[in-house]
Amino acid sequence: MNDKKYFYYPGCSLKGTGKSYEKSLLAVFKYLEIEMPELPDWNCCGATTYMSIDELASFKMAVRNLSIAEKEDRDIIAPCSACYMVLNKTLHFIKEYPDIREKVCEAVKKANINELYEGKVKVRHPLDILINEVGIDKIKSKIKRTLAGIRVFSYYGCLLTRPFTDFDNPRYPVNLDRIVEATGAETVESALKTKCCGGSLSGTIEEVGLRLSYLILREAKRKGAHLIVTVCPLCQFNLEVYQDRMEKMFKDKLSIPVIYFTQLLGVALGIEEKELGFNHHIIYPEILYQKAAV
Amino acid sequence: MEKFKRTIKYESELNRDFTKEVINSPGGEGILECIQCGTCSGTCPLSIYMDYPPRRIIAMVREGFKDEVLSSKTIWLCASCYSCQVECPQNIKITYIMYALKRMAIKEGKYPKKFQIPVLAKTFYDMVSKNGRQSEARLVMNLWLKTSLLKIFKNSLFGLKLLNKGRLSFKEEKIKDKKTLKKLLKEA
Repeated sequence: MNDKKYFYYPGCSLKGTGKSYEKSLLAVFKYLEIEMPELPDWNCCGATTYMSIDELASFKMAVRNLSIAEKEDRDIIAPCSACYMVLNKTLHFIKEYPDIREKVCEAVKKANINELYEGKVKVRHPLDILINEVGIDKIKSKIKRTLAGIRVFSYYGCLLTRPFTDFDNPRYPVNLDRIVEATGAETVESALKTKCCGGSLSGTIEEVGLRLSYLILREAKRKGAHLIVTVCPLCQFNLEVYQDRMEKMFKDKLSIPVIYFTQLLGVALGIEEKELGFNHHIIYPEILYQKAAV
Repeated sequence: MEKFKRTIKYESELNRDFTKEVINSPGGEGILECIQCGTCSGTCPLSIYMDYPPRRIIAMVREGFKDEVLSSKTIWLCASCYSCQVECPQNIKITYIMYALKRMAIKEGKYPKKFQIPVLAKTFYDMVSKNGRQSEARLVMNLWLKTSLLKIFKNSLFGLKLLNKGRLSFKEEKIKDKKTLKKLLKEA
């Protein structure tokens, strides 16, 4: 490991609907000895919505978080794909547009958050840290129970791979599959692995949102996946908790577990089940404990 | 007698200032490079639900169809998945342009008023500007109070299921330093 320092930026979802993501992420990172205190008094990144009302304000919201991290010279680990995208988008716009940079920096100074905001903090996803800082070989060496025989659909969703990711290919990302394979499980290949799940549309125009999620679930089912692994709290929510509605709407039997990659990895690392937050799920991934040899 | 309605616009009815405004918004610079290939509409997972698919929206912006664009459902159906932007052979920042159009529609009051998506955006914006964080359950409740009371009843069992699993809370989330946030948003 290197000597990089990190802050954990939970965002709103990991404290709410995505609780099992937080639990399993913290458990896995602790096990791998990656120190990651929570960013003090963090605020909402603005998600994909805030910037549709006021763009400059959305950059300021994001910069408040970046500024707090910069003061302590720590990079941010953002597990939610929307947070990851918004924080990176802000860094990108500040670099690209001098007038935006000027306005944001001045506001940061006047609000007394940071004397001089330089924008040198990096925003990273836990998947990136696992692949590029810990490394697949080290992860493999720590596997305690192989998940051989389990077929996993690695679902990346939109915002981890588009448009700012520099650690994977936006069309055919592979890093999540590499983690899945490190656990001994088998991956299911699909062109839908980066297709949108519908995002917040499931809460607004339900029939539209649910169809997008259903297409992904149907694909996973048809390809014989035992479970779906995600990297994003909104994708997890859409794909798991609306399954009974989709079953009614599309007259199709689904009931496929949808878990976080940190939960899958946690099981393989031998971390206690209760630390991985499966109790928050509606569809319990029984197969993980049936097939996995202890 | 049969009534005939004109289906095209005369040039004098187009709004070129609108075109300029979009070009001048961050990310809108490249819009004139569009070759109308349709890759954006083809890759968009929502285009089958849109009144005008992304390719047509870009064409309409370039020609100055201001009212049609700003009052369309298209710009709100954009789920911001960035597929179009990543696939565009001309490197046009289509998702950024959709955001710019959403902001203009809000500013000019042109958005469809009872449409859930812009109402959600406004509700979310107010909540986060005030508290620094969003509270998922309250956000959804506020949205339904404003748009569809029926949804509250329809989703009560669903909410209970989530409460049971410890995934839902009605607590109001907020940051400690609201004063600084307020100042930050006000300055510059």
